[in-house]
Amino acid sequence: MASGLGWFSIGLGLVELLAPQAVSRVLGLRGQERLVAAYGAREVATGVGLLLSRDPEPWLWGRVAGDALDLGTLATALDRQSDRREEAGLAMLAVLGVTALDLASAWSHASRRRGRAAARRRLPDYARRSGLPASPEKMRGAARDFVVPEDFRTPAALRAWGVANEVA
Amino acid sequence: MRALCWHGTQDIRCDTVPDPKLEHPRDAIIKVTSCAICGSDLHLYDNFMPGMERGDVMGHETMGIVEEVGSEVTNLKRGDRVVIPFTIICGECDQCRRGNFSVCERSNRNKSLADKVFGHTTAGLFGYTHLTGGYPGGQAEYLRVPFADKTHIKVPQGLSDAQLLFLSDIFPTGWQAAVQCDIQPTDTVAIWGCGPVGQMTIRSALLLGAKQVIAIDTVPERLAMAQAGGATTIDFMAESVVERLNEMTGGKGPEKCIDCVGLEAHATATLDSMYDRAKQAVMLETDRPHVLREMMYVCRPAGTLSIPGVYGGLLDKVPFGMAMNKGLTMRMGQTHVNRWTDDLLRRIEAGQIDPSFVITHTVPLERGPEMYKTFRDKKDGCIKVVLKP
Repeated sequence: MASGLGWFSIGLGLVELLAPQAVSRVLGLRGQERLVAAYGAREVATGVGLLLSRDPEPWLWGRVAGDALDLGTLATALDRQSDRREEAGLAMLAVLGVTALDLASAWSHASRRRGRAAARRRLPDYARRSGLPASPEKMRGAARDFVVPEDFRTPAALRAWGVANEVA
Repeated sequence: MRALCWHGTQDIRCDTVPDPKLEHPRDAIIKVTSCAICGSDLHLYDNFMPGMERGDVMGHETMGIVEEVGSEVTNLKRGDRVVIPFTIICGECDQCRRGNFSVCERSNRNKSLADKVFGHTTAGLFGYTHLTGGYPGGQAEYLRVPFADKTHIKVPQGLSDAQLLFLSDIFPTGWQAAVQCDIQPTDTVAIWGCGPVGQMTIRSALLLGAKQVIAIDTVPERLAMAQAGGATTIDFMAESVVERLNEMTGGKGPEKCIDCVGLEAHATATLDSMYDRAKQAVMLETDRPHVLREMMYVCRPAGTLSIPGVYGGLLDKVPFGMAMNKGLTMRMGQTHVNRWTDDLLRRIEAGQIDPSFVITHTVPLERGPEMYKTFRDKKDGCIKVVLKP
């Protein structure tokens, strides 16, 4: 469902971004074209995030927050004087429907994340898997007998000349 | 025989394929006793490396028993126990004589293709695209080893497969990554990525005497294993890597930085990786070089960047001016496995290190396809998978 919402988000966003005048006119939001275009950019960004992310949950909650913004903005068009009250009302109903989908998807991902976290808490403990016969502190430098081949050494010009050639 | 074969993006299958045969007097056939899935196999699994073909046998971390040798292989006999390095080497070309085995000039049978793509060929590799020879890999019941008189590490009977298998790749890779840093007792070594190579690099840096080893990842069990090896850890999802590294080095940055991540950096953890992922999706970039960028930014001037992590092709927005002006040294490349394995085998035999600590899953070969997914998704505490044919 997350990728479906992602494509929907990009589609809606492109319409708002490319035709803000038309969208504003239809929804009774004349004078708010820039706001509508900004909402379009937000929708596109959220959609791209949803499609590319391995963990879509933060983007889904981002969509829910965006839905709240959309509803708040549409509510301003419900004014009795507005000649587009009916369209604004229908748009709010549509947004409410999409919000329900966003919430369901976000909750479902959150629940799966909690399940994964619980599974992770049950994972075996690797805190003793050092691969070393003694504590790391004791083993520090145990292989200092290894002679780094000349072609793997830091180039002579970059070695600590100042340390090796103390200048008074 | 049974073998794990590549069939496309995230599609590995356990197929029945023809048994390998001697094709050249320098060949040997190995009966595989253990093999492993490597982090770099995941780049093939996710189809980020060009040059794979349907049906290619996967795998380049393999060991087993010599079954049959060609007429020119005089230093191996049936029954010998060997680990097979992932780089195929002739042992005679100019690069092999210099010890630069991973760029052997003769073992890549698709040399002309590699010459075109890389400018000059690199060594042939087992199970790692047709760009490096298209040799069938070792996630199988049997493996044909070309140039077998040189491409092997003879190992004693007294140690287990689990202790020896990683001489084939990840142990010498982690070792070379640390050796490339020419570690001094005053050095702080920062290591990005706590997968299997990262874990080996942490222990190598510690054994080579680094003052402080810092490991960066976000997977809790990998961070726990890194701490067990003596590293101080940074969870990149929970804290700022740059701020923490500067805090731990008196504001100066680590002298040595090692990239054990490579081309598939976490796609959504940072804005630059999201940018890279978007460009990958429309084929405008092949790799996600977030770690390279971060290392160049945070490394102490005149420091060293060591890059064992695999990169595939074209990288975007790498701040090379930053690296140039800070006078950074960069060392990278596939591992010259045989250059280090005599010394590392001696250290395993002496009990200085037991590389089997990294194994979290040992399963029959037939379960390989599901383990690719488990390993890629870091599920079930998976850090290293060993397969038993």
